[in-house]
Amino acid sequence: MNETKYMNPYLAGFLLGLLLLATIFITGRGLGASGAVKSGVVAAVETVAPGHASEAKFYKEYLTEHDNSPFKNWLVFEVIGVLIGAFLSGLVSNRLNWTLEKSPKVTSKVRIVTAIIGGLLFGFGAQLGRGCTSGAALSGMAVLSFGGIITMFAIFGGAYMFAYFFRKLWI
Amino acid sequence: MGPLVPDVIGNELNFVVALFIGIAFGFILEQAGFSTSKKLVGLFYGYDFTVLRVFFTAGITGMIGLVIFAHFGLIDLNLIYVNPTFLYSALVGGFIMGLGFVIGGFCPGTSFCAAAIGKIDAIYFIGGSAIGVLLFGELYPILYDLYMAENWGMVTVYDLLGTSHALVAFAFAVMAAGAFWFTRWVELRVNNGATSKEHPLKLYYAVVSILFVMGLSAFLLPSNQESVLDKANNPEIVNSIDVNYITSDELAFRLIDNDNNLQIIDFRPSKEFNEMSLPKSIPMTFKELFGKDAVKTIAVKKKLTVFVAADEKDEKKASIIASELGFENVRILKGGMSTFKAEILDFKAPTEVKTNQEKDTARFRAKATVEVAELIKNNKKAPVEKKKSKRIIGGC
Repeated sequence: MNETKYMNPYLAGFLLGLLLLATIFITGRGLGASGAVKSGVVAAVETVAPGHASEAKFYKEYLTEHDNSPFKNWLVFEVIGVLIGAFLSGLVSNRLNWTLEKSPKVTSKVRIVTAIIGGLLFGFGAQLGRGCTSGAALSGMAVLSFGGIITMFAIFGGAYMFAYFFRKLWI
Repeated sequence: MGPLVPDVIGNELNFVVALFIGIAFGFILEQAGFSTSKKLVGLFYGYDFTVLRVFFTAGITGMIGLVIFAHFGLIDLNLIYVNPTFLYSALVGGFIMGLGFVIGGFCPGTSFCAAAIGKIDAIYFIGGSAIGVLLFGELYPILYDLYMAENWGMVTVYDLLGTSHALVAFAFAVMAAGAFWFTRWVELRVNNGATSKEHPLKLYYAVVSILFVMGLSAFLLPSNQESVLDKANNPEIVNSIDVNYITSDELAFRLIDNDNNLQIIDFRPSKEFNEMSLPKSIPMTFKELFGKDAVKTIAVKKKLTVFVAADEKDEKKASIIASELGFENVRILKGGMSTFKAEILDFKAPTEVKTNQEKDTARFRAKATVEVAELIKNNKKAPVEKKKSKRIIGGC
């Protein structure tokens, strides 16, 4: 069977906007993603180096905010949902398969290394910027948060600024 | 009135809600094509602007939706999470994320989405982002100053510009429409005239027109809050309104009696409230009457709510707002606080009393002036703890 086509972007955007609106109406907060990675990292540090987690400010603050159970976080549950939802979508549209997606011009090794570096930068930047494309840019845009919109412009502006230097990775 | 958390939906149930919201989020992202890095970075090279279309349409829909919800008084915007503005960290963090975007080809949300359908590069990206968070955690003490610099608080664009919420949302919608048009033009040129794979959707035009009309109506028509406030400020309505009074004597009696069903809402400016306030009284402004806390306080059955203000006119205004909002069992203090002060607090025994009733009143007031003063003094020592709904904390 062939993969089904992607949804019309404006329709997808409209549905996503309605979901975001419903999320804000029900929970008072927007969508997010990078926060779940933070929960995972704090939990890992707490398990591997409990002494360090209870001393270093970053982990200590987070553990105090979450009553010492880092996974008891709204975004952790939401991201589990994202994994389920995306899997179901892949299932109905015949897009489930293990692939390493890359431009034909780069080797698999290059793609893996750049994915890790890109992830590292994004994870780091999302901590500094207090949210990623979902938590800061998209949710911030809906509530017209000045900080969120600044972050949004910085993300897209930064990406355009640097895009030229990494064009060989993609085109 | 929204947000439903934590009053209607408890904090534990909220985690279940999060799971279902996540499922919908993941499903929509994947259906839109956000599970492939090639499509995601397309907008930076001009060959595929799907991300921009989805992202801006979603942002604008949410934004205009909130304007409409606020317009009809369905949500208390003072309680929802507004990402705080820390200028430098937002800019530097954003640029680093942008760099990560063009190198890695994903953002965190889309990497989860892609990993769920088996993209191996996305799994490496997630691993990388965990390292990034760890790195930030370890460098946190060094980065702390940058992280905390230029804290502007939870400020919105319309607060900053001093314009209306609807106007800013409308301006963004126009900007987005311009961006859609422009990127389509770029895309056609980059792809040598090849039209994009999606069929232009007629539904899209219908949806946009509906949103446009709704947004425009929210922009042009006065909001629920504004029209109620207009009514309250109309002297004709203020003069003709039917109100339930409570006299100074009855209020004093109920205070001395320690009536547990009595609650006083005080609309005087906070300076006067802080100088002297009656026991069991809660300070409030006219605007706060529209908030969620007012609902929780006033819409309690069996409670007798008394509105007090410096004079009767302000009390009447508040009572108009209250009745428009559907609050019942509200009474106003006859003559306002000035009368209460004159009759009870600064009570001077009259030089001559004629009828028996006047004699009784004078006797009661002589007693009340001492006891109420005592109550006020004790109340000042142990003021009523203000139960204010807290803003929800969100973000990543």
